[in-house]
Amino acid sequence: MIENVDLTLVDWSRAQFALTAIYHWLFVPLTLGLSFIIAIMETIYVRTGREEWKKITRFWMTLFGINFAIGVATGIILEFEFGTNWSNYSWFVGDIFGAPLAIEGILAFFLESTFVAVMFFGWNKVGKKFHLTSTWLVAIGANLSALWILVANSWMQNPVGMVFNPETARNEMVNFWAILFNQVAVDKFLHTISSGFLLASMFVLGISSWFLLKKREELMAKRSILVAGIFGLISSLTVAYTGDGSARTVSKVQPVKFASMEALYEGKTNAGLITFGVLKDTGRKIGEKSVKEFAFKIEIPGLLSVLTSGDRDAYVPGITDHISGNAKMGILPVSEKIQKGTFAKEVLTDFTRARMVNDTQQVHNIKSVFNDKDFQKNYFKYFGYASIERPEDIIPSVTISFYSFHLMVVLGFLFILIFALAIHLLFKGTISENRWFLRIALLSIPLPYIASELGWILTEVGRQPWIIQDTMTVSKGVSQLNSGSVIVTFILFATLFTILLISEISIMTKQIKIGPKH
Amino acid sequence: MKNLFHLLKRLFHFYYDGFRNMSLWGRKVWIIILVKLFIMFAILKIFFFQDFLKKHYDTDKQRSEYVMDQLIN
Repeated sequence: MIENVDLTLVDWSRAQFALTAIYHWLFVPLTLGLSFIIAIMETIYVRTGREEWKKITRFWMTLFGINFAIGVATGIILEFEFGTNWSNYSWFVGDIFGAPLAIEGILAFFLESTFVAVMFFGWNKVGKKFHLTSTWLVAIGANLSALWILVANSWMQNPVGMVFNPETARNEMVNFWAILFNQVAVDKFLHTISSGFLLASMFVLGISSWFLLKKREELMAKRSILVAGIFGLISSLTVAYTGDGSARTVSKVQPVKFASMEALYEGKTNAGLITFGVLKDTGRKIGEKSVKEFAFKIEIPGLLSVLTSGDRDAYVPGITDHISGNAKMGILPVSEKIQKGTFAKEVLTDFTRARMVNDTQQVHNIKSVFNDKDFQKNYFKYFGYASIERPEDIIPSVTISFYSFHLMVVLGFLFILIFALAIHLLFKGTISENRWFLRIALLSIPLPYIASELGWILTEVGRQPWIIQDTMTVSKGVSQLNSGSVIVTFILFATLFTILLISEISIMTKQIKIGPKH
Repeated sequence: MKNLFHLLKRLFHFYYDGFRNMSLWGRKVWIIILVKLFIMFAILKIFFFQDFLKKHYDTDKQRSEYVMDQLIN
């Protein structure tokens, strides 16, 4: 039960994983997006034969190379942590995680050792078309590599395509396609890679703006803004579209997270979408968790109902519906889910006892129960609830979920505006004179990083207390380590990653100041 | 066989020349990559990130029994 778990250990293990993931994600999205921008630039070079495009491509390729090299393998640390800090979870997920991560590892290895090498070493050594193909393959490969990681993460948000084997205490993959085409995975992949494209576009736009502010490399800067502006605008519109789809899926598979994102406590029809809001404590509580309300809000009436169900009169369940249940909406109260989860746990306990006394008939009988679809759908689905002590434990931090979601959305719309303005000023021929815009573009470079990290914070904080939605709580997944050792590795990682980040910024800044050389 | 040898020789020279003519930033990031990989695999993995279940249990059966115990208790 939760009270027996060392919360310091759980919290430090979570903090360590969050730190590693946040730092890792500082490197990844730029690789995802910049690889495509470079491929587009090189395509223009190969098609037009104009040397200026080669020079532009090689300049951005240098910055891509620095980011790629410093960021490479930082994700492996997350895999170390799975085995050390999250061993129960790693064992429990079985090959569901193993297969996508193995594919990602093989893909990354071949990609990095072959096509990246051609990209950097192959200028003037291989044919133009072969070089261009390699650049495109790096871009496609890097994004496909991200696919497998996102498929694995999506399974945690919406576990599908598996059956639990009580003999091994592991989940076994029964439907690879269900896992790959999990609606959460499809939404997450499209939303994540398009946000990487957006981030890289802002990076190119911001640095190009710096060149224009310094009155250096003006042709290169304007050409780069052309590519980044168009690619960034398309990407930011795609981010908005896929974000909408992603939120709709969350409302179905993680409804408590969705209600927390909107700080929607009481369900309603004609539910409004909060475009801006400030939360405050009401003084009321659900169990031991304080209830928030809006000190101030701007709301578009009915839009939340329309976005989730396409109907203004549709009912959007609130947090209390998920705690107390809503028979009309077919939502079970948490107390009933706890009963179902506890029943599944008792069946598992009976299986263990039968195995201990070598009661083969009973072992056989109970194993067949685990393969029964009704048991999977109505009982084992709620297995994690057996570890839930109080109904309110299923509510994530409403404050973090609400603000991370809304700040991300506000930034998303700001990016659309910036890219649209960049294209407008560029085609008008006045971008160099509008120094205010160039400064805004330069200062905006960190904003997509913030938006991207907020997205992950929402994804991971919003699904608490689950490590696997409804099936396993975070406290059940953690390894029984000494929390002191986790604190030590937390500090080690914080130091290592900070050094890597400083190195990246320092080498990159130096290269930017040098400018294109070729 | 001769063609394969020729291809391998070209591949070797491709990488050899690439590394030999690498720019200053390239050399710097390679040093960072090597130091990073050394820290990750020779220090962190060996001393701080041993697989918890493999370290404490010898067989998969014991590991599954341990995890099962964690799940139901």
